[in-house]
Amino acid sequence: MKDILEKLDMRRVHARLGGGQGRIDAQHKRGKLTARERIDLLMDKNSFEEFDMFVEHRCVDFGAERVKIPGDGVVTGWGTINGRKVFVFAKDFTVFGGALSETHAQKIIKIQDMALKARAPIIGLFDAGGARIQEGVAALGGYGEVFKRNVIASGVVPQISVIMGPCAGGDVYSPAMTDFIFMVRDTSYMFVTGPDVVKTVTNEVVTAEELGGASVHATKSSIADGAFDNDVECLLQIRRLVDFLPANCDAGVPEWPSFDDPDRYDHSLDTLVPQNPNKPYDMKELITKVVDEADFFEISPTFARNIVTGFGRMAGSTVGFVANQPMVLAGVLDSDASRKAARFVRFCNAFRIPIVTFVDVPGFLPGTSQEYGGLIKHGAKLLFAYSQCTVPLVTVITRKAFGGAYDVMASKHIGADVNYAWPTAQIAVMGAKGAVEIIFRADLADPDMIAQRTEEYEERFLSPFVAAERGYLDEVIMPFGTRKRVARALAMLRDKHVEMPRKKHDNMPL
Amino acid sequence: MFNRILIANRGEIACRIIKTARRLGIATVAVYSEADKDAPHVEMADDAVLIGPPPVAESYLVMDKIIDACRQTGAEAVHPGYGFLSERESFARALGEAGIVFIGPNPAAIAAMGDKIESKKAAAAAKVSTVPGYLGVIADAKEAAMIADEIGYPVMIKASAGGGGKGMRIAHSRAEVEEGFERARSEAKSSFGDDRVFVEKFIVEPRHVEIQVLGDKHGNVIHLGERECSIQRRNQKVVEEAPSPLLDAQTRAKMGAQAVALAKAVGYDSAGTVEFVAGQDRSFYFLEMNTRLQVEHPVTELVTGVDLVEQMIRVAAGEKLKIRQEDVQINGWAVETRVYAEDPYRNFLPSIGRLVTYRPPEEKSTRGITVRNDTGVEEGGEISLFYDPMIAKLVTHAWSREEAIAAQSHALDQFAIDGIRHNIPFLSALMQHPRWLEGRLSTGFIAEEYPDGFHPTAPEGERAEVIAAVACAIDFVVGERRRRISGQITGKPVTRERQRAVWLDRLEIDMAVERAGSDIAVRPMGSDGAEGKARLLASPWKPGDPVWIGSIDNEPVSVQVRPIPNGYRLAHHGVEVKAHVYTGHEAKAARLMPEKVLSDTGKKVLCPMPGLVRSIAVTEGQEVKAGETIALVEAMKMENVLRAERDGTVRKIHAKPGESLAVDAVILEFA
Repeated sequence: MKDILEKLDMRRVHARLGGGQGRIDAQHKRGKLTARERIDLLMDKNSFEEFDMFVEHRCVDFGAERVKIPGDGVVTGWGTINGRKVFVFAKDFTVFGGALSETHAQKIIKIQDMALKARAPIIGLFDAGGARIQEGVAALGGYGEVFKRNVIASGVVPQISVIMGPCAGGDVYSPAMTDFIFMVRDTSYMFVTGPDVVKTVTNEVVTAEELGGASVHATKSSIADGAFDNDVECLLQIRRLVDFLPANCDAGVPEWPSFDDPDRYDHSLDTLVPQNPNKPYDMKELITKVVDEADFFEISPTFARNIVTGFGRMAGSTVGFVANQPMVLAGVLDSDASRKAARFVRFCNAFRIPIVTFVDVPGFLPGTSQEYGGLIKHGAKLLFAYSQCTVPLVTVITRKAFGGAYDVMASKHIGADVNYAWPTAQIAVMGAKGAVEIIFRADLADPDMIAQRTEEYEERFLSPFVAAERGYLDEVIMPFGTRKRVARALAMLRDKHVEMPRKKHDNMPL
Repeated sequence: MFNRILIANRGEIACRIIKTARRLGIATVAVYSEADKDAPHVEMADDAVLIGPPPVAESYLVMDKIIDACRQTGAEAVHPGYGFLSERESFARALGEAGIVFIGPNPAAIAAMGDKIESKKAAAAAKVSTVPGYLGVIADAKEAAMIADEIGYPVMIKASAGGGGKGMRIAHSRAEVEEGFERARSEAKSSFGDDRVFVEKFIVEPRHVEIQVLGDKHGNVIHLGERECSIQRRNQKVVEEAPSPLLDAQTRAKMGAQAVALAKAVGYDSAGTVEFVAGQDRSFYFLEMNTRLQVEHPVTELVTGVDLVEQMIRVAAGEKLKIRQEDVQINGWAVETRVYAEDPYRNFLPSIGRLVTYRPPEEKSTRGITVRNDTGVEEGGEISLFYDPMIAKLVTHAWSREEAIAAQSHALDQFAIDGIRHNIPFLSALMQHPRWLEGRLSTGFIAEEYPDGFHPTAPEGERAEVIAAVACAIDFVVGERRRRISGQITGKPVTRERQRAVWLDRLEIDMAVERAGSDIAVRPMGSDGAEGKARLLASPWKPGDPVWIGSIDNEPVSVQVRPIPNGYRLAHHGVEVKAHVYTGHEAKAARLMPEKVLSDTGKKVLCPMPGLVRSIAVTEGQEVKAGETIALVEAMKMENVLRAERDGTVRKIHAKPGESLAVDAVILEFA
């Protein structure tokens, strides 16, 4: 009897070696961990249960039948992160370069189906060479089934993709349909067609890093939501992110006991907005001084830095933050910022994460490049995203809220629940100078008159009180009390329930 | 006694004066420039008057505005603090003419001590020991050389009107005197508009020791012992203490008596300081007299128990000194460090900006240890380029020098400042320096001990173990809470591993960590897995706190904590390190990760501080040799010359003259 049990052990040991020690060493030499090492870092110790360890491919073409390795290039299963269940699949670069075969795809599909049934997040770790060419259309079919399930699961359970090596061709579209993509600097890249094809088709000479490295996708293309220095830093940060995320669209946000008093005052916020209205200040200081324990997980920190998005906690519960950043382009809304924030707002709404919005926006960015680039439609995405929210929305205007951007940034009119402004807020169609030059065009020749009108306009409109008089703001609050007021508003809104009319789905301006 | 006084100053000294005035029941009036509208001294005072735009020449230095402010508010007297108008004879006179009392010495005493040559003559007349030298006007280099021969080498050539080290020159031989004389003269002319220079003996390994004197309008003068201020950087005092580790009772008495004699000779009637230069053999010579409250006065206050500001106010109001010389006792030891907004790792370049975090250590007096922090800023305040970059003076007092230094070191560890760069890491490192601990000081201390500037040092030995233990305790608290997250699957809760591998940068220390009641027990582990003796860590630290304040085996320890991805940047006793607390398999994986090389900035010339580009000295395509001037950047009113660190060809110039740049902005690139 015992020898039968031992046989299982032997098979497991063999399977766990993947492509063998030589390939494992090569992986390490590249500064990368193996699929199983990565899973070990991601999951709580001894919590990972592997499925389909003995799956092998069924391809009999081009001599493929002579090489079979158990697991077939992907490690799948489930485990826990701080005791909360997550599903995972990790491409094993040591086995056929992690290339996707029909059976390999079936392993992923099994996990996707299971995650959807069990309603828990699914994390994919990518490090692979694309489709298994020997299999031809069978591999492509596998891709399609994975894609379809990505879409079915979208908005039901959080899906996170981590790019930790090559990710090209068909492999890129599964991550592209998940909620977040993270990359590892210098060792990962993502593109639809690689440098060789690029050279053949366009004669453009480009390296893999220049074409699709972490720096490209985290700053230029917005494909990646973050980049990390190495596998260890990356996976530990994914654990940190999962602590912020709900398990599914019905579970509500995770909670833990907070060490930070929700009523804490911060008097240094009273001097955050500078005297000079044209001087920038760092909106992230406001976020870190308002959230619990200054702990803020920023999403897309290096792309469209004129808007800040990310997760924090208030009184121990996850909150999504969206904030204009006066430090970059004066916090203006442009196409990139609108797209970035819109996607974040929709993620929060899908998973019942309340949203706090800090507003200091001088308007939309003017110019041909923006208009040609479709600013109207991109701006509309953010407007659309906020307008369709049913989660609690709390908004604080710190300084400027000008023009259409005022409406877009979670104003009362598009469904925000509690709207506050600091006494330094200026809510108007535009700045005083521009406004006066239009209204009093006839007086333009008289600079004294214009100066006087400007002063009148500033007094009347460049304050929060006109909006407060109309009830567009619920209250003008002291900056030092922002944390307390926001925390109380969120507590009051905890059981917010609104329903949208029944529809098949909306038609967001894509 | 006055009902209302005006403080013609700003920052910490204004706040400090207001505190004493308030204690005496005197109403206070602050003056402020537009830049100081929200400053603490304005908030603390009973009344405040705006006196103009930010530049000091248009506000704090304008006598008429101060006098107007007095009239407007009914202030009967003015305390000038230090700097600004404090040593202007004309200001004291103008106040007198306006019927307002100057809380400081009479104008004649200011005048007598204001001129270097005149003050030396007065000192010599009062039988104060002066540095051998020639105080008359020296006609030419030849005469200078003759005088130098007489005095004996080395000698110093100095500007009469100078101060702060400007226009000073050391000569070791006749030839050097002849060569240096003309240059010293032209420098004196351009710096002070006065080309008189004099020659005196140069003291080798000099120490700076000064005597605090206090006089009244009735002819009484006493001294309150000495302060030693030998730790200076470019003639700017950094650390001060009282008493001086150099002096014995006899020298102290002799020095004090001479200082009193000088003060009496000039009719001195307020708080003042007689500065001496002292040799390592306790010989001492008169340097100059400062006719104002000194920055470093708190150390004297802590060892004597005398409030100098109170005494200044009382004597200005005409009261007789109540303290007699025999009442003055020096108790214990006090150490002061000056916290500046300057980057110690970048050659102490000034740093300006918003004080995002400003958490000084708690001021208190318990079990014989006193912590005092004289400050004029608060969290959310702004360090502007218009004023002195001093943020605070941290003073500690205890029964012995050793304990006072330990208390200072501990207080510095608790001092959290973010948003600007500051010199706390340097001050903390100084407090650990063996030569400082032994009291073997000289004014060359910093230049000798840090010839290549100050650089971060890696922790080792006991210090590394303390930092690693605190890292474990922090990680433990964070981990404990993490395992209390909602939504966990039922069944066995996540168990914690005992063993941790702490990485301080690349130094790995293995530890076993577990809870022991309300404490956390941390045991070092050998490579064989054997566990050493447990250290017990106790602290109320919680996530979000900028400083871990607690104890290790009942010994107080404080460590600054700044979160970084997956770890913390910890600072303790002048050592700053990135700490990661890994589990066994995390450490195993981390060991496989290649060390990242920083992006190649060697080819770029970066702006070392926020500033204005004055000029670019090179053009694109130009070949540049190492050491050649590349650009001039003005910051804090100072022009800083940026030089090429290597030979190369300028590929691209990114900055234009007149442009304002942030720290690390690229000025130009080499090919």
